[in-house]
Amino acid sequence: MTDTLPATRSDSDVGATPAPTGSSRRIARLDRETTLMLIVPPVLVLLVFAGYVLWRQTADLDGTELRQLRWSTVITLIWEHVRLTFVSSALVVAIAVPLGVLLTRGRFRRLSPLVVGVANIGQAAPSLGLIVLLAIWLGFGFWTAVLALTLYGLLPVLRNTITGLQGVDPTLVEAGRGIGMSSAAVLFRVELPLAVPVIMAGVRTALVLVVGTATLATFINGGGLGDILQTGISLFRFSLMIAGAVLVALLALLIEWLGRVLELLTRPKGL
Amino acid sequence: MSTTPERTGSADTSISGAEIVLDNVVKRYPGQKTTAVDSLSLTIPAGEIVMFVGPSGCGKTTSLKMINRLIEPTSGTIRIDGEDVLTQSENDLRRRIGYVIQGGSLFPHMSVAKNIAIVPKLLGWDSSRITKRTDELLELVGLDPSRYRDRYPRELSGGQQQRVGVARGLAADPPVVLMDEPFGAVDPITRQRLQDELLSIQRELHKTIVCVTHDIDEAIKLGDRILILQDGAQIAQYDTPEVILGAPAGEFVEDFVGSGSALKQLSLTRISEIALRTPTTATVGERTDDVRRRAESNGDMAVIVLDGRGRPCGWPWLRQLTGEKLVEPTEELINLDHRATLNDALDTMLSSSHGAAVVTGDRDQYLGVVDFRSVTEHIRMLEEQAARD
Ligand SMILES: Nc1ncnc2c1ncn2[C@@H]1O[C@H](COP(=O)(O)OP(=O)(O)O)[C@@H](O)[C@H]1O
Ligand SMILES: [Mg+2]
Repeated sequence: MTDTLPATRSDSDVGATPAPTGSSRRIARLDRETTLMLIVPPVLVLLVFAGYVLWRQTADLDGTELRQLRWSTVITLIWEHVRLTFVSSALVVAIAVPLGVLLTRGRFRRLSPLVVGVANIGQAAPSLGLIVLLAIWLGFGFWTAVLALTLYGLLPVLRNTITGLQGVDPTLVEAGRGIGMSSAAVLFRVELPLAVPVIMAGVRTALVLVVGTATLATFINGGGLGDILQTGISLFRFSLMIAGAVLVALLALLIEWLGRVLELLTRPKGL
Repeated sequence: MSTTPERTGSADTSISGAEIVLDNVVKRYPGQKTTAVDSLSLTIPAGEIVMFVGPSGCGKTTSLKMINRLIEPTSGTIRIDGEDVLTQSENDLRRRIGYVIQGGSLFPHMSVAKNIAIVPKLLGWDSSRITKRTDELLELVGLDPSRYRDRYPRELSGGQQQRVGVARGLAADPPVVLMDEPFGAVDPITRQRLQDELLSIQRELHKTIVCVTHDIDEAIKLGDRILILQDGAQIAQYDTPEVILGAPAGEFVEDFVGSGSALKQLSLTRISEIALRTPTTATVGERTDDVRRRAESNGDMAVIVLDGRGRPCGWPWLRQLTGEKLVEPTEELINLDHRATLNDALDTMLSSSHGAAVVTGDRDQYLGVVDFRSVTEHIRMLEEQAARD
């Protein structure tokens, strides 16, 4: 510990850890589990998808099946599904994060159990019921599906935003105020950055919820991979049911993986 | 109760601090039966370190935080440099008051440099001035800028974090610095060094420093004045450490300061005030045989090894000297700054196998050695003095 500093300057703290350089720290933090979770899902998805392609090119399919599993159709459905997922998730973040911030400020703090309770109901309600009710009320189509999915994904992000902000060490907030930062500066430069890991964990949960539930959008003409499943079920075609289920599962795995990558990328350095 | 001690010392033109005056300041927390601060009146002279001490819960922190309005007083006025703090915007006020708290309270997601630069940035300094200032402050608190400016707080030890906390408090060169138990979270040896460094920084800067502690020894060591508080921030005594030790105002102060007044006096004496022993020294690179011969002729069993720049770096026993030339020892040598107190010296000596400690001066230059004999001689002198009085 005295290598470059004169002895009297050196720190003799009991339990002081020798400080490695920043970059080695960051690499070291990507432990085995994290690395595995980053590599395994995309590899798995690729392998299964290759299997699907092989099956699709070689299987003996009838006209209905061929029509439903045409590549152009499948790609359109995947695109619709992804769009439903991302638009809803973006809306979730745009609503839940500011709401969460508001519910941890001064006089609104008392409302937070109430709002979390309402969001809880939104999630506990049967998703199909929620979607159909909204469709009866607002009409069929993409935006109604988006609205339903947004309500459905709100809770994890809202709850994690509140938890994350409440988890910020209050002495840091006071230190910020004490050296002359405004309360807005403390929020944006101290509280939110420190809460980002918890908020992003909520975002990942929301992404997974939404990508799965988006399968139901097909019932109100919202599009998505649910179409294949629905056709399979109504016409009793096992091949369609399995193909739809496999494609949805692959997409969900990929989105969950994306959530993990986002979590890593947004994590502030130094934590 | 109002206490306004007269200003001591000669008029120092380099004082950059500002006078703080508390006038009948009261703080009553809602829903609390007792009053946390019950009419505190106090003048804190510009350029001095005033220590607030007292039992836990007596209102030290509350009194301190009312100065930068982290807590709003229920009634009373606080003026800094004649200006009522309540008439200023809180953010502007706080940017002109340094604030240092236990453990440093650094923002973990910001590098050391970013932590220090917060207030200068808020004040709109340009980036080259901020960079220069950050490096200057890191030097001031004894951290090599090139090595530490880009580190994150978690990569620092507790003492280093606390140093950065002090640097952050001084960033915009505020006339007043408030500290709340700043060295409460570090081990005793690091605490002692941080205290010494604060004293040497203060000798340079002459800020008005208000520092809360529960440790009377720390108060005696650091304070130009000590404010001893009782429950409800009632002033038990407000005076210089010498007077408080010599003439405690009543039973509460006596109990609080504790027994062994001669021992407490050790916290008042700096090592620089007593005679040091000068055992054999040697410089890295010298021939081991020469060194051994010299030490033996002086009757020493160990030598103090200095590096090329006159800084002590080891204190090996003669039997530990091997090889042809003297090399820099690997064991860490715990030095004492000559501004440390005799109390600190005792602490360091007790953990040394030599029963003594190496003393260094400015820029860590070797000065000599302090041992138990020199300290006991000093105690005897104090006792004789007390007997004569
Ligand atoms: N935010 C608060 N709300 C209510 N009471 C408080 C608050 N902060 C401190 N107190 C009370 O005020 C008294 C003084 O506290 P404090 O100034 O923190 O004491 P000290 O720093 O001397 O230990 C204590 O009795 C404490 O319980
Ligand atoms: Mg306190």
